[in-house]
Amino acid sequence: MAENMIVTMPIRLEYDYSPGAGRSRFLRGLERGKILGERCHVCHKVYVGGGSGACPRDGVPTEEVVELPDVGTITTFCVVNVPFAGATVEIPYVSASILLDGADIPLMHLIQEVNAEDVRMGMRVRAEWLPEAERIPSMDTIKYFKPAGEPDAPIDEVLKRMRADA
Amino acid sequence: MRDVAVVSFAQAPSRRRVPEQNEVEILMPVVAEAVEKSGVPRDKIGFTCSGSCDYLAGQPFAFVWGLEAIAAWPPIRESHVEMDGAWALYEAWVLLQEGEIDAALVYGFGKSSPGSIRDVLAMQLDPYYYAPMWPDAVSLAALQARALLESTDHTEREMAEVAARSRRDAKANPNAQVTGDFDVDQILSDPYIVSPLRKHDCAPISDGAAAVVIAAGDLARSVSERPAWIRGIDHRVEPHSLGARDLTASVSTAVAAERAGALNDKIDVAELLAPFTHQELILRDSLNLKNGSAINPSGGALAANPVMAAGLIRIGEAAARITSGAADRALAHATSGPCLQQNLVCVLEGE
Amino acid sequence: MSKQLTAVVGIGQTKHDTKRDDVSIAGLVREAAVRALEDADMTWSDIDAVVVGKAPDMFEGVMMPELYLAEALGAVGKPLLRVHTAGSVGGSTAVVAAHLVQAGIHERVLTVAFEKQSESNAMWALAPKIPFQPTLVAGAGGYFAPHIREYIRRANAPEHIGREVAVKDRVSALKNPYAHLHMPDISMETVLQSPILWDPIRFLECCPSSDGACAMVMTNERVAKSASKPPAWILGTAIRSEPLGMAGRDEVNPRAGLDCAKDVYEQAGITDPRNQIDVVEMYVPFSWYEPMWLENLGFADEGTGWKLTDDGVTALDGSLPVNPSGGVLSSNPIGASGMLRFAEAAMQVRGTAGEHQVDGARVALGHAYGGGSQFFAMWVVSSTKPSEGP
Repeated sequence: MAENMIVTMPIRLEYDYSPGAGRSRFLRGLERGKILGERCHVCHKVYVGGGSGACPRDGVPTEEVVELPDVGTITTFCVVNVPFAGATVEIPYVSASILLDGADIPLMHLIQEVNAEDVRMGMRVRAEWLPEAERIPSMDTIKYFKPAGEPDAPIDEVLKRMRADA
Repeated sequence: MRDVAVVSFAQAPSRRRVPEQNEVEILMPVVAEAVEKSGVPRDKIGFTCSGSCDYLAGQPFAFVWGLEAIAAWPPIRESHVEMDGAWALYEAWVLLQEGEIDAALVYGFGKSSPGSIRDVLAMQLDPYYYAPMWPDAVSLAALQARALLESTDHTEREMAEVAARSRRDAKANPNAQVTGDFDVDQILSDPYIVSPLRKHDCAPISDGAAAVVIAAGDLARSVSERPAWIRGIDHRVEPHSLGARDLTASVSTAVAAERAGALNDKIDVAELLAPFTHQELILRDSLNLKNGSAINPSGGALAANPVMAAGLIRIGEAAARITSGAADRALAHATSGPCLQQNLVCVLEGE
Repeated sequence: MSKQLTAVVGIGQTKHDTKRDDVSIAGLVREAAVRALEDADMTWSDIDAVVVGKAPDMFEGVMMPELYLAEALGAVGKPLLRVHTAGSVGGSTAVVAAHLVQAGIHERVLTVAFEKQSESNAMWALAPKIPFQPTLVAGAGGYFAPHIREYIRRANAPEHIGREVAVKDRVSALKNPYAHLHMPDISMETVLQSPILWDPIRFLECCPSSDGACAMVMTNERVAKSASKPPAWILGTAIRSEPLGMAGRDEVNPRAGLDCAKDVYEQAGITDPRNQIDVVEMYVPFSWYEPMWLENLGFADEGTGWKLTDDGVTALDGSLPVNPSGGVLSSNPIGASGMLRFAEAAMQVRGTAGEHQVDGARVALGHAYGGGSQFFAMWVVSSTKPSEGP
């Protein structure tokens, strides 16, 4: 039987990506060493990092800027053990949802400076930034989050508050 | 058939590029406006359906962003077609026919500016035989235009007249992108982009969005003094293979029009989605539109072409003219695929 | 205009596999469609409209492939729609097709869902790098693993539950000739030995990446009455969506799933799912989603879904078989997976599930979900018409 024929067609398409006004505010904040959230004037929740510039519950632009501390609580996480194209971090690494103090939605980022098996829900973590001179409007300006050296937050309470009024 | 009408229509001004906003930010005020103008209470909107395209955005799951813009909480009955919003409207219309839901929100959105739209559209082609040659959208349209010019009495001058008329009429459309008075002889002296198409024969590249609210029977009558009733809506597809169909006639448009009851009475206004001038000529022939019909008073796609919303905009523009009293009976058309492969026709009437 | 009773009278699917390089995309969808037509005792010309569903086009590198497939699917001269609702798409596509008949627009609709994801790079297509964002989530598992961790914590579930599901579904798949994975040596031990990919998910607790397609023919009552095989009557269909990034979302027990189930149960007259539903085909791409969805779908109280699994209730010979086909864990052509759940549910009540048939199955639930656990599509099908009662 003849071998199955394969047609290989390389596809190359270039796109100019627009983060949009909401995400741009957030990214420019990072460049200045600040984590900027946005509060919805209807439900009063503070969104951060999502970047649609809108409150998904109320469908209105979130325009009130709220400066957030760069410390928060791990609400959940996973340990990634699978290599993939374009990876810049060694496996295994921890990818975590971090609820910054004052935010109502977690940010996803890398956890470093702690063994993967010691990471836990409720752990307090702080951002490790690039040196000021190297900061650009990108999430990479925060290299990772590392243990903040504080006692764990009571995770049940944190999660309860995060899910309140849904 | 249950009476369903378009009760509101909103669109973003189409622009060549909107770098300061992402798709969601463009869409959000458009949806808010359509919902507010409709007068239909939010909780009576029983279904939401949208049209958008991942390859246009350059990212998978592009439609998910739309969901962040429309206050989908508590959870909503929502669906999406990877097609122009006109087909999302069709899906919503079908659901309303069942009688359990009385109103639906439909939207279409997309930015054509991030990628090279004429190359992105080449991704629509048969991946084994056509796509490897990368025949871009303008080249394929030119192939069709050449066939039209050589086998019918249509001329390049007629095509230029379509362009001039469209952009002139678009002056009255605050959301149009390319407007103005163009001299036919002058634009005919411009060089070809891909023979026989010149720049004026092609739709502009646009970023934009549009939204429509449709409502049934008494609900429509209670919120609108003059709802634009959908008297018929149908869509048909032709073979993908360019050699397997007559590129100079739009058979599927004719069939869809007939099924939608378009020719039962006169058409005051026809909004046709023709991103190329010669395609308007083909559609007019296939629809057998008489001289009394105003074609694309909005300026049509030649004035603004936010892909994935452009077909829905034709329905919206036609409906707006019914509602304002400027027209009693209108035909709106949308197309998808290379060289008018798939076509949708919607017939609208005042009461 | 009232809703017309609708039935599934023909079902077909491909042999799902890592790479179906023996067929083109057209060949793949036709394999399923032809089988569905044959099962319905119909030909292409009997079909009034075609509804296609699939996930992001980047999986194959073909944009809006319904256009390319118009001839292959016998759609020339007919209405053709293409649905895309992320992972739930196979289910929502079936729902759209059902509506075309329920609304009285068409009498006979062919619906096809597919994915030929070997043609492109599925892991890339799921999450290409977005500028200014670090790429942390390596594959879908990276997204869902944290939520599984939270479920285990909330339910205080023993850690072996995920492995039980992984074994159960692959054992069921051995009785399904179309399933992608046939693993006769699967056991709790082999799953435990497989590497952890995204803690706590192990390799053998994950769905495969498959090429495959599924097709169904749906008709109204008048046509179904003369069907050559027993129809699967559609008692209810429901869809719900919620926003991805909303503060306060519960991704472990999503509200959209709860509301969708409530809607479909109401339509189908189901007040006690555990006892009124005979078989469930639910979308479980990572093994722990079985206990999670059992709770979300009301088969078990919150925090106790894992007990049904642990007690063998959801096994092929249990009192509530879940995924007798082997489920998404055994075959996962992403765009088709949802429709496979809907189709397998229909096969059960028609009595055409062959070796993985659950005896006496009269009422079945088909379930699909997608996105960040935000899109849900469900249907309930029965061997008897609504008016005839259970």
